[in-house]
Amino acid sequence: MPERIIVPFGPQHPVLPEPIHVDLVLEDEKVVEAIPSIGYIHRGLEQLVQKREYTEYVYVAERICGICSFIHALCYSQGVEHIMGIEVPDRARYLRTIWSECSRLHSHLLWLGLFADSMGFENLFMRSWQLRESVLDVLEDTTGGRVIQGTCKVGGVRRDIGQEKLDEMHRELDPFEQKCRDLGDVFLNDETVKYRLQGLGVITKDEAYALGATGPTARGSGVAMDHRETGYAAYGDLGFKPVVETAGDCYARCAVRVKEVYASIDIIRRAIEEMPEGPIDVKVKGTPDGEYFSRAEQPRGEVVHYLRGDGSKHLARARIRTPTLANIPPLVKMLPGAQLADVPVVVLSIDPCISCTER
Amino acid sequence: MTVKEEQTIIDVALENLLREVEGLHDDGYRLVQIGCTDIGGAYEINYSFDKGYQFKNLRLTAGPETEVPSISGIYWGAFVYENEMHDLFGIPVTGINIDFKGTFIKTAEKYPFSVTRRGGDRCRNV
Amino acid sequence: MAFLKRSPWILHYDASSCNGCDIEVLACLTPLYDVERFGIINTGNPKHADILLITGGINAQNREVVENIYEQIPEPKVVIAVGACAATGGVFRECYNIVGGIDKVIPVDVYVPGCAARPEQIIDGVVTALSILDEKRGKMTGAARTKEEARHAEQAGEST
Repeated sequence: MPERIIVPFGPQHPVLPEPIHVDLVLEDEKVVEAIPSIGYIHRGLEQLVQKREYTEYVYVAERICGICSFIHALCYSQGVEHIMGIEVPDRARYLRTIWSECSRLHSHLLWLGLFADSMGFENLFMRSWQLRESVLDVLEDTTGGRVIQGTCKVGGVRRDIGQEKLDEMHRELDPFEQKCRDLGDVFLNDETVKYRLQGLGVITKDEAYALGATGPTARGSGVAMDHRETGYAAYGDLGFKPVVETAGDCYARCAVRVKEVYASIDIIRRAIEEMPEGPIDVKVKGTPDGEYFSRAEQPRGEVVHYLRGDGSKHLARARIRTPTLANIPPLVKMLPGAQLADVPVVVLSIDPCISCTER
Repeated sequence: MTVKEEQTIIDVALENLLREVEGLHDDGYRLVQIGCTDIGGAYEINYSFDKGYQFKNLRLTAGPETEVPSISGIYWGAFVYENEMHDLFGIPVTGINIDFKGTFIKTAEKYPFSVTRRGGDRCRNV
Repeated sequence: MAFLKRSPWILHYDASSCNGCDIEVLACLTPLYDVERFGIINTGNPKHADILLITGGINAQNREVVENIYEQIPEPKVVIAVGACAATGGVFRECYNIVGGIDKVIPVDVYVPGCAARPEQIIDGVVTALSILDEKRGKMTGAARTKEEARHAEQAGEST
């Protein structure tokens, strides 16, 4: 029997911008066990809910993660609105959808870049991030912020997008989609990419479901589960079908994200076309009293905000279960069997976002 | 096609917990999360499950020193939530499959959300 | 050693940031901002780095990691704290697990404001850091020269 050695991976590691530590138990080059340890970014922001008013906590919620920022704010706001029985105006729902999908676009393009980097495909990394900048330009133009937007609030949204800007966005979608398809073509069809990813880090449909995987990690294994199907914000009006792949390997997870980029562009296009007129927010009166498990689909999967109000202006409890935390058990199951050199690729394939994981 | 999301909360007693969870597992539910809430001297532990966007919660009320059995024998991935429960709330969870023994999330202040174990009154869940 | 100023290597560490600043730091490297044209390279090895760029505040667990990384970087070195959290703890300053800004643990030379800091600001911060780096280098070579001259003088004194 070959000798077993333990190789520490992280916390400061060139391939990940964020610190995560994994102890890899190796037999020669092969991983037989992986034990993650986290806590380098734990801030304890769930407790801040007692120090911030429920309307202010949106900003903290947004900073749970700088990549899925808008959707965190959206999920939190929807939860509070549900508890307080607030009906959000139609235009606000559509605007929220547009910004959610812009966030998803920038997050997926970011991930595709980092993923290419983990494979050593530097050129593709740069191309993905170049495309991502045009999404950030739209976000900055419409909200004022590149990665932290601050436009979602309890009762609606803070800013409107003028018709002129909407038309411009609509015009730019076609050339943007073409560029994304050119990029996606490399991820989906390039021989070197396929060689590196196919058959790596496989997780079957049943395993993925039983381990509680969410988002592209689950959909890459054939679990058709996407919270946008429940029709929150304007997804109900626009109609939505989840993107599913069945192979369950790193290539499938990558393919899901590439195809979701196309799907997001399509949703933005239809949301702009069907954008209703009207106000963008309603006045919020009173304080939340009650509890609700608010759920939304982030680029990384399903996020749960459990909110509980006791009638005061501070919520009694906010418990945030982020998709990356749910994707840790599948990751622990994916790693054994991989070569040491493939570990960064497998780790990245779940799209780890450590600041979400630890809050 | 839009699926209507429904949420139900079912109270469960400590001795029935494993049986109920087993039942949901056999019905094809997946584990969404385990989360705790301080309800003044005791904890409310929510075990959330989902199947086709139908959301089911088992709600367990436990005293601060009550030992809670781990459900990681049924749902393998439950260890992340149970370690978190132990590290942040100081709830003793018995029989976790991967037990980090308090090192999963290391905090400056031990058990910051605990009702009895934490240092001062600063972080009360009022 | 004058080449340092023209090609500083950066080590980026995420202390406990929300990721917003980190992706902006990475965005600096990519085609739109492209800091590599200035010879700035993001390295993963502290022993190769001249500038330590930290995002996010200090918490209980990463305190030692930050100290450790700082000590491994050879002199002269400059520390840049990027974003509101790295400066003071920012929006998270009241959290139980946050100690505060980076300067609670290691000396900081440049503070870059913003939540999240914009790529232009980060580049500006790095450029400011370069002159500080040059100054530190000047002091080091000055001190070394004085020492060397004293040694020469001593040797000259012995030979006569």
